[in-house]
Amino acid sequence: MKHLWRLVRRCLSWTTSAQDEATLQAEIEEHIALQTADNLRGGLSPGEARRQALLKFGNVEAMKEIYRDQRGLPFMEALISDLGHAMRRMRKTPGFTATVILTLALGIGANVASFGVVDSILIRPLDYPHAGDLVSVRHAAPGMPAFGGSAGCTPSMYFTYREQNRTFEQFGVWNSAGASLTGAGEPEMPRALFVTYGVLDALGVKPLLGRWFSQGDDTPGSPETVMLAYGYWQSHFSGDRSIIGRTLTIDSRPHTVIGVMREDFRFPHDPQLLLPERFERSMQYLGPFNVGGIARLKPGVSMEQANADLGHMLGIWLNAWAPNPGLSLATFEDMRMAPALRPMKQEIVGDVGTALWVVMGTLGLVLLIACANVANLLLVRAEARHQELAIRAALGAGWKRIARELLVESMTLGVLGGAAGLGLAYMGLRFLAVDGPDTLPRLNEIGIDPLVLAFAVGVSLLSGALFGLIPVLKYAGSRAGIALRDSGRTFSQGRERHRARNTLVVVQVSLALVLLISSGLMVRTFQQLHRVEPGFTHPEEVLIMYSGVPEAIRQEPERVMRTENEILDRVAAIPGVTSVGFGSAAPLQGYLNGSNPVDAEDRKVREGQVPPNPQIRKIAPGYFKTLGTRILAGRDFTWDDLYAKHRVAIISENAAREWWGDPRAALGKHIREGGPKDPWREIVGVTQNVYDNGVQAAPPSFVYWPALMDKYIWAGDKGSGMPSGMYAIRSTRAGTQGLLTDAKQAIWSVNGRQPVFLVSTLKELYDQSMARTSFTLLMLAIAGGMALLLGIVGIYGVIAYLVSQRTREIGIRTALGAQPAGLLRMFLRQGLMLAGVGAALGLAVAAGLTRLMSSLLFGVTALDPVTYAAASVLLIAAAVLASYLPAQRAIAIDPVQALRSE
Amino acid sequence: MVLKTLEILGPLHGYAIAKRIEQISGNLLNVNQGTLYPLLLKLTQEGSIEAEWGASENNRKARFYRLTRAGRKQLQSEARSWGQTASIIERFFAVKARDLK
Repeated sequence: MKHLWRLVRRCLSWTTSAQDEATLQAEIEEHIALQTADNLRGGLSPGEARRQALLKFGNVEAMKEIYRDQRGLPFMEALISDLGHAMRRMRKTPGFTATVILTLALGIGANVASFGVVDSILIRPLDYPHAGDLVSVRHAAPGMPAFGGSAGCTPSMYFTYREQNRTFEQFGVWNSAGASLTGAGEPEMPRALFVTYGVLDALGVKPLLGRWFSQGDDTPGSPETVMLAYGYWQSHFSGDRSIIGRTLTIDSRPHTVIGVMREDFRFPHDPQLLLPERFERSMQYLGPFNVGGIARLKPGVSMEQANADLGHMLGIWLNAWAPNPGLSLATFEDMRMAPALRPMKQEIVGDVGTALWVVMGTLGLVLLIACANVANLLLVRAEARHQELAIRAALGAGWKRIARELLVESMTLGVLGGAAGLGLAYMGLRFLAVDGPDTLPRLNEIGIDPLVLAFAVGVSLLSGALFGLIPVLKYAGSRAGIALRDSGRTFSQGRERHRARNTLVVVQVSLALVLLISSGLMVRTFQQLHRVEPGFTHPEEVLIMYSGVPEAIRQEPERVMRTENEILDRVAAIPGVTSVGFGSAAPLQGYLNGSNPVDAEDRKVREGQVPPNPQIRKIAPGYFKTLGTRILAGRDFTWDDLYAKHRVAIISENAAREWWGDPRAALGKHIREGGPKDPWREIVGVTQNVYDNGVQAAPPSFVYWPALMDKYIWAGDKGSGMPSGMYAIRSTRAGTQGLLTDAKQAIWSVNGRQPVFLVSTLKELYDQSMARTSFTLLMLAIAGGMALLLGIVGIYGVIAYLVSQRTREIGIRTALGAQPAGLLRMFLRQGLMLAGVGAALGLAVAAGLTRLMSSLLFGVTALDPVTYAAASVLLIAAAVLASYLPAQRAIAIDPVQALRSE
Repeated sequence: MVLKTLEILGPLHGYAIAKRIEQISGNLLNVNQGTLYPLLLKLTQEGSIEAEWGASENNRKARFYRLTRAGRKQLQSEARSWGQTASIIERFFAVKARDLK
């Protein structure tokens, strides 16, 4: 305890050191004065009295020295004085300091920013209490490839799982959809989250105002209720606390506001309204798999136990419910459902991890290159101080002392660079949080937290030590004799002194090549993606918007169709509009529509096998023309097909090939959706494939039905969303506010202010589908560019330094008759040698490392020879340029000048 | 010794402490008085004594050291442990060969 006290006081002592010094001096003087007085009393002469007193006291300075060492922490004090030295030296060379700090700021900043992203997305737990216990209830369905390997829950599972589970503390299902809000300002379609009882309880996030949904809110027939998300409450009701108890018209029915969620409530798809999901128990079948399940595990329950419990319940569920009409129990049995719980975090984060780690890795390489560059600069500086250091060593400075001084300097640079980098990272993250790609989950949680700060400090110190250690190893231990002799001006430079720098440059070049190759691979991926015909043309000219169907006519499909037809006519009359289309959903928005099993008349599906499960779209004439989807065989629908309810269909090329091997062969064949009760419909057209899941994924097969059929289920059959339709408008004015206003007016003039929502251009949907690729590409391109620049600066620096060091030698050579071309070659050869060795190393490393990013690539292999060759050529060319410039200076040296300047 | 001196005589300045120690030890411990100061510093840092300014005999400013409560406690524990050590050593010296048989 008392030792601790002492340490604390010693640490604090430097703040009072000047004062302490004075105190000590006064104390000593008083001591000697008293002794002298005593001595005087003892009868000595004044001079002798003082002399004896001093003798008795002993060596004053030695005592003071001991006293000082005891008072403070000598190590710390030396460190601080070193720091002062370092600062002074840095101030004296602002250019050097600025270069180093800027280089480091870029390198560290990029790494801190990307770590900030990795931290907030992958590392930090979700923002719920005990988030580790939250699981997403999912199932594997190896017998149903259309589910993409993983299926959510069905409404019937909600009942079975709630009643039968032994491992869930809470369980509920949810579903995201739009819900129209009318009667308050402009009609609109906020994002709604439909939850059953149990979801909010599982999440454990208390409401800010009011109450949660109770089991009563789920019961069909009870008064309908709604909760608001914080942001929506703020923006639409300006945070009015009296909102509780007010009535909002949602989907044309009154809903009472019962609560407001807290600001930090987060959920996938960022809901604005929360509505209770109401299932009528008696109307449920086994399917459909259209809701997400979420559970909170009981404390201490492991994932295995919960999965076992889920497997047990799957058996109960399969026997407790009837298959959907038209489907057999065998269909469900053949899905071979198995439990596949997923941690909630994984559910939300998804597969973005790979891309993030690749970005993080590349930026780490950039930092390494930056460190190599700084180390090189420091080496040059240490070289200039070579003689000073050697003399100090000769005078008895221990290598530890010199090493400490050099290290303190480089660490200081590291920390300053890190501080600047932190600033850059902060700005970068702010930018990303606002403008980042929507496909990045948890984007709004991105920020700098203590872990990121610690990372920044760690990285700064580590890089400081890394680039500081190289000059230390080279100079601190150098033998004084050799160093002093070697630095005489009559010698050319020894090979010895260049080895470290050359190694650094080789490392830089090889890392730069690795980064160039990875960004090159992403560029190629991007090219390949753009080469894919997405199934539509000039997407920037197509405006997509949705609007609801008036309540009054919802039960009369024909009137609905005539209304839509009139809207289309009015929209088509807007100046600048070349064509309009109408359908249940636009391309790339399959999540709004879903898929369904479809049978072909002459292609019997064997018993127990799952029929093809194509994407279903319901469309009106002009849909394909407006989107730019080519019709490969047959024709488009006509309005007559719709109103006369002809039993017709259009399918996509891949569906035609799957069934009949050829688009033409499909014409005249018959297909039907659902069960035997549904009529067969004749295929009248085959269109090109549409890459509905993004161009990176294989295009799904499609079946298009007329938007009006004898038995018509209006769009919006998914979830509890309201009936609505999609308008596609092709115009060069797409994306302007003007066209949007005109189109809204046209729609509202017919259907009476139904909300217009999900407005975007087709181009935006297309870009979104590639957002992750373009994000990775952008990051890698930045990293590659930085690496190339730093690598070039590295080569340039080494050659330029060589030239300046060998001025005298060049002068002599020229005087002796060396040709400029020969000299030029000499330096170029040196630069190329470094670049060549670096490139060879880089190629080998890249071949190993790029494999890690193969999941991000499309249409190219990780060993794509074109990319490798192009990157190498680019790098070598840059290296030639970087060595040519200083070499040019060498041959311009006037021998007389060079020799005389000595 | 410093602590004991301070305990007996109350607050003292450095010179007085040095003189007392010299006196009590009967001039046997005649070391450089200067070495006293680092020791005083150490004790101050450990919190066993504290210093304040006061007037010395010839009416000049001097630092007076005073035992703190922690110092008193330390003195006691050190006295105890010294007592133990001394008694053990004493027993060793007192022992005669025949006592052990």
